[in-house]
Amino acid sequence: MAGIVSYGAYIPIYRLSRDEIARAWGGGGRGGEKAVANWDEDSLTMGVEAVIDCLNNMNRELVDGLYFASTTPPYREKQSASIMAAAADLRRELVTADFTDSLRAGGSAFRAALDAINAGSAKRVLVVASDSRVPAPSSDFEPNWGDGAAALLLGDSETTVSVEDSYGLTSDFIDIWRRDKDTYPRTWEDRFVITHGYQEITKQAITGLLQKCNLKPSDFSKLVVYGPDARSHSALAKSAGFDPKTQLQDPLINTVGNTGAASGLMMLIAALEEAKPGDRILWAIYGDGADAFILKVEGNIKKLGDRRGIKRHLASKMMLPNYESYLRFRNLLEWEPERRPPEEGSLEIIWRERNAILSGRGYKCHQCGHVQFPPQRICMWCQAKDDFEEVRLSDKKGTIFTFSVDERAMVPVLPNVLAVVELEDACRFYGQLTDRDLDKIDVGMEIELTFRKINEAGGVNNYFWKIRPVRC
Amino acid sequence: MESIKDKVAIIGMGCTKFAELWDWDTDDLVVAAAHEAFEDAGVEAKDIQAAWVGTMGRMSGVTIAAPLQLQYIPVTHVENACATGAESIRGPALALAAKAYDLVLAIGFEKLKDYGFSGLHPYYHDTDKWHPIYRAGSTAPGKYALAATRYFARYGLSRDEGKRMMAKISVKSHHNGARNPKAHLRREVTIEQVMNAPIIAWPLGLFDCCGVTDGAAAAVMCRAEDAKKYRDDYVTIKGFGISIGPGWGKTKSDYDYTSWTETEHAARQAYEMAGIKDPRKELDMVELHDCFSIAEAIATESLGLCPKGRVKEDIDAGSFAQEGDLPLNLSGGLKSFGHPVGASGAREVYEIYKQIQGKAKESSRQLENVKMGLAHNQGGHPGRFQCGVTIIGAP
Repeated sequence: MAGIVSYGAYIPIYRLSRDEIARAWGGGGRGGEKAVANWDEDSLTMGVEAVIDCLNNMNRELVDGLYFASTTPPYREKQSASIMAAAADLRRELVTADFTDSLRAGGSAFRAALDAINAGSAKRVLVVASDSRVPAPSSDFEPNWGDGAAALLLGDSETTVSVEDSYGLTSDFIDIWRRDKDTYPRTWEDRFVITHGYQEITKQAITGLLQKCNLKPSDFSKLVVYGPDARSHSALAKSAGFDPKTQLQDPLINTVGNTGAASGLMMLIAALEEAKPGDRILWAIYGDGADAFILKVEGNIKKLGDRRGIKRHLASKMMLPNYESYLRFRNLLEWEPERRPPEEGSLEIIWRERNAILSGRGYKCHQCGHVQFPPQRICMWCQAKDDFEEVRLSDKKGTIFTFSVDERAMVPVLPNVLAVVELEDACRFYGQLTDRDLDKIDVGMEIELTFRKINEAGGVNNYFWKIRPVRC
Repeated sequence: MESIKDKVAIIGMGCTKFAELWDWDTDDLVVAAAHEAFEDAGVEAKDIQAAWVGTMGRMSGVTIAAPLQLQYIPVTHVENACATGAESIRGPALALAAKAYDLVLAIGFEKLKDYGFSGLHPYYHDTDKWHPIYRAGSTAPGKYALAATRYFARYGLSRDEGKRMMAKISVKSHHNGARNPKAHLRREVTIEQVMNAPIIAWPLGLFDCCGVTDGAAAAVMCRAEDAKKYRDDYVTIKGFGISIGPGWGKTKSDYDYTSWTETEHAARQAYEMAGIKDPRKELDMVELHDCFSIAEAIATESLGLCPKGRVKEDIDAGSFAQEGDLPLNLSGGLKSFGHPVGASGAREVYEIYKQIQGKAKESSRQLENVKMGLAHNQGGHPGRFQCGVTIIGAP
């Protein structure tokens, strides 16, 4: 029977306080904060972070499927899952799919992965949910929505959480929508959308599942369910017969924000971080109806080991100094045109060098044993020709050898920090340092690599590896 | 192999004003520099048998043949990034030594200012491997600053000490350039002004970076045995060196950013040809490639003019000022004189040429008894340099 083998999550390092949003637009401060993806992040890069957290030190060759769920994939037409698979250095014999258009997408992807494994057409499938939704500036959504990602590895063996049963409900109820011509997601009257839509539909899914399995709320240690805001979330739990104080998983709204399609999975991972073997969890993902699952935590969850998950990512943060920096991160204003010529792209180069660029692989020379990056046919060290094997560098940590802080570089958000780092047991890497406190950067600082968007030269998203201080 | 020492002579040179020459295009630069050189040599354009042109921003020999109206002679376009100037002198020297021609023109020029923004056009960053990903977000100051940070860390300089060391270099160069009529930035600056200037790429501030300049410099050359036909106070080439590194120092862990390996190699080639054993003593002046103040500091060490890691002592002692024992960048350097990329190598030679002849302007900059000088010209960035060194002197 298919179940959850491993989990991982990701919360961007930057946070914007609600008080600061209120400072920008007026109105009272509301306390709390939301997670804001850096300018070089999107739902795809955040998903990769969650995948790598999930896979930890596992043999990546074993993964045979990757399903990506998001309402904000970077392309309208072009699969994200395939790019994520390359970044995670998974094998090419892989089934990839994007699930999109609905808050429910993570649930749909989870169900599809479960069914694939139970049908015997896959053995290890990653389900990744990630969202970086941009609410209309000064809207009610703006203080409430945040960015994040989570990943679950489903498998047919060594499961740490089993899936006992599931229930699915569809609904054509319209609450939040976005058409091609809409810049920002739109909604309708609060009371209609939340009370009549979210609360009633989600409650139906929960009670439908309970009836199907002949279980009561008191049979569960936790209810993990999507919530658009804290109050209606609590009200929904109560109406379904659960105790909000003892059974309701924190919706992360005051610390991360409502993360859309990622929300249900992120909350589940937070619950699993605290769960004990034997715990039963009712997990419901709302959106165009709802998916609901009964999960049972197994004994070998103890053997899973550490993940950065929700807890450690939550604790590791930097506050954005002001609302204006958020506007720059999300590129929400029309800026003065750049006079320098735009950077040029090349799909030929990106394709030819995909192993180095996306999968972060360098060459190890067979003759002298040195590792080098970027890959070179003639070894930089011993000048041997074409005698190397590929080695993955993207999971290595290291230290800063030297750096500079460039105030005039052509990047969307200045300054650009260039860093030369020594990767342990490997080689030197040269690139941009992101997610950093400028006052704390120094020679010798410990760093790791992170998958980010470099630019949009050539009209495509050019992804590559950047450097950051070890996150947590 | 034979040494070229004293086989080739420079018999005339010209140099435009280096500045933001809004009213001049590349043709104007070429005509001005070349004709000043022709006049200085006492020759005409029709006497030139072959020419070498060094420029990064334009293609082909026609770029000087057209404005000068050279009539169907060989013209070679040379380029080695910011070391282009050195190439423009070396090519004709080899051709003369081979007796392929008897009278040649070497000219370097660059028009950097027609693009509408301050700073270098991104094209000039192309010494990095052309790549949509690896080069993204990098600039020349950003890449040179990597060397400054590492130099401070390696030799135990605090941020203040390091910034101050670099500031003293710019102050010295501006003091020289302020007295040089053809220089771009002719104003004195103080250490405080340099240290407090806006940051371009930490730790380099605005006054640690050379300006963006238009200009051209030219030389008329012949074999030394023919030089007396043109003038008595000709200057000969004593030696040169060109070194192109294997280019991946940025990511090769045995390169530590605190020295310029290519400069060491080019200098060694040039010193050997010139028969120089102790450059600090035997050279009377050095024009070196100070696109950034840290570049001068490290080039000084890599040229063997002071021990590694100790340039600060000499800077503090004033060894490289006009009154010191080895003036560096007496012209004002790239910092104050300006750096039109293709012209700088030839321009550095122009300063030494004039000093040897006793014709430095303003006269307060004239050194006594100049017999030999070195021009250091460097393109690329730490880990990936192209370096040209030219040594000229009295015959």
